[in-house]
Amino acid sequence: MLTLAGIRKNYPNGLAALDRVDLTIADGSFTSIVGPSGCGKSTLLRLIAGLASPSQGRIEGQPGTIGLVFQDPTLMPWADVESNVYLPLRLAGMARADAAPRIVEALALVGLADFAKAYPRALSGGMRMRVAIARAMVTQPRLLLMDEPFAALDEITRNKLNDDLLRLWRQQGFTAIFVTHSVFESVYLSTEIAVMTPRPGRILARHVVAGPAVRDGDFRISQVYLDTCRAVSHDLEQAMAVTA
Amino acid sequence: MSRFLPLLVGAIVLAFWEVFVRVLQVPKFVLPPPSLIADALVANLPQLLDALRQTLEMTLAAFAASFIGGLALAILFVQSRLIERSLLPYAVVLQVTPIVAIAPLIVIWVGVDHVERAVFILATIVAFFPILSNASFGLRSVDPGLADLFRLYRATGWQRLWLLQLPSALPALLAGARISAGLALIGAVVAEFVAGSGEATGLAWRIVESGNRLEIPRMFAALLLLSLTGLALNAAIAGIEHRLLRRWHVSHGESS
Repeated sequence: MLTLAGIRKNYPNGLAALDRVDLTIADGSFTSIVGPSGCGKSTLLRLIAGLASPSQGRIEGQPGTIGLVFQDPTLMPWADVESNVYLPLRLAGMARADAAPRIVEALALVGLADFAKAYPRALSGGMRMRVAIARAMVTQPRLLLMDEPFAALDEITRNKLNDDLLRLWRQQGFTAIFVTHSVFESVYLSTEIAVMTPRPGRILARHVVAGPAVRDGDFRISQVYLDTCRAVSHDLEQAMAVTA
Repeated sequence: MSRFLPLLVGAIVLAFWEVFVRVLQVPKFVLPPPSLIADALVANLPQLLDALRQTLEMTLAAFAASFIGGLALAILFVQSRLIERSLLPYAVVLQVTPIVAIAPLIVIWVGVDHVERAVFILATIVAFFPILSNASFGLRSVDPGLADLFRLYRATGWQRLWLLQLPSALPALLAGARISAGLALIGAVVAEFVAGSGEATGLAWRIVESGNRLEIPRMFAALLLLSLTGLALNAAIAGIEHRLLRRWHVSHGESS
């Protein structure tokens, strides 16, 4: 279980980006963090990843292997797909020959087995994001952090990637934390949703999504989905009203 | 077709030059016709090629030294702002001080018995700065997301440098190398002019010598060789650049 207790993070000017954030995330859950832009969602993710440390409070229970996917695919343009996916293993000191089967496996997971030798610029936006996901998966992380990974993609591609992500999550059993500003996306994907207020960022409300374990297009038109979307939207409006 | 346009322009200019000089009977020690320059080139070829070899050796040595030195210093700068702040002003001083003005001093210090050392140092000073500034810029132009990833996966300093910073810096570094190679040649020639005492027998010295003897066709022949050398250097680095960047960099399009 991942626990965030009394987290405060100050900007360099001393103002709080996050204040009194308490959050517990169960192992194997899929938690979305929803909030207006500038509410410190990304900052929270960076704290969990260990890329920054909180000004106050503590974070406990981070697993040793963490995967991270940004809004941009953030691939190395000078390296082919295979080498990009190899990067985390290479940084851990694993020889290329030993890593090869895991690279093949990770690329197969995201449906890019045939593109190992392609360079990022030859790929579409959706495919680049798949490479970024494969790179995050190659270390078999216990925790996958995603910072609005599909925000820049068109809706069809995004829906497809949402389904692929859910499939991966069911297969691999990692804990997922997914930052988004889309209520619909968060309800479709998550088992739990945390709504944040901006300036300073704080958890306003939490929702459990009582959806089926395996979700598809039918879930998008179910009453549970619509009710949850309405409830989360309502909280999000309240979150906006805090600053307005 | 457009590849041959420059050649066509050259041929027209040469023909016009030849006719102009002959019709107006311009003395050959003012402006020799191209045919005479070609004769001088052929007649003096062994001597000129030997001079070219010397100048080229100096140029390549100075380019290599400034490339390695500039890149090493840039890497040092990127590791520590403190080092950069302490040393950068001196690098700039070297850059902005005209090379011709320092040359006599360098010649007195190291070049009295070894002119080639003075030429090497002067050419290196001129060629150094583009590498330093472009490499520093390139090494800092790292995608912040990738930098985060390297931290997440606990990359060592060497891994960061080798797998992230150097590849990120490559395009800028190569652009710097192209400028620097040209400057190394200019630096070698200028240094030879200043230091030349008959001991330095590169192309620049042959030009001075030809001028003194009013052998203007030979002077033009040496000049021609110098220009061709500069072009060849530029083309060589452009070739390396193409090889290294064509598969991934925006400056080299899909079609290439």
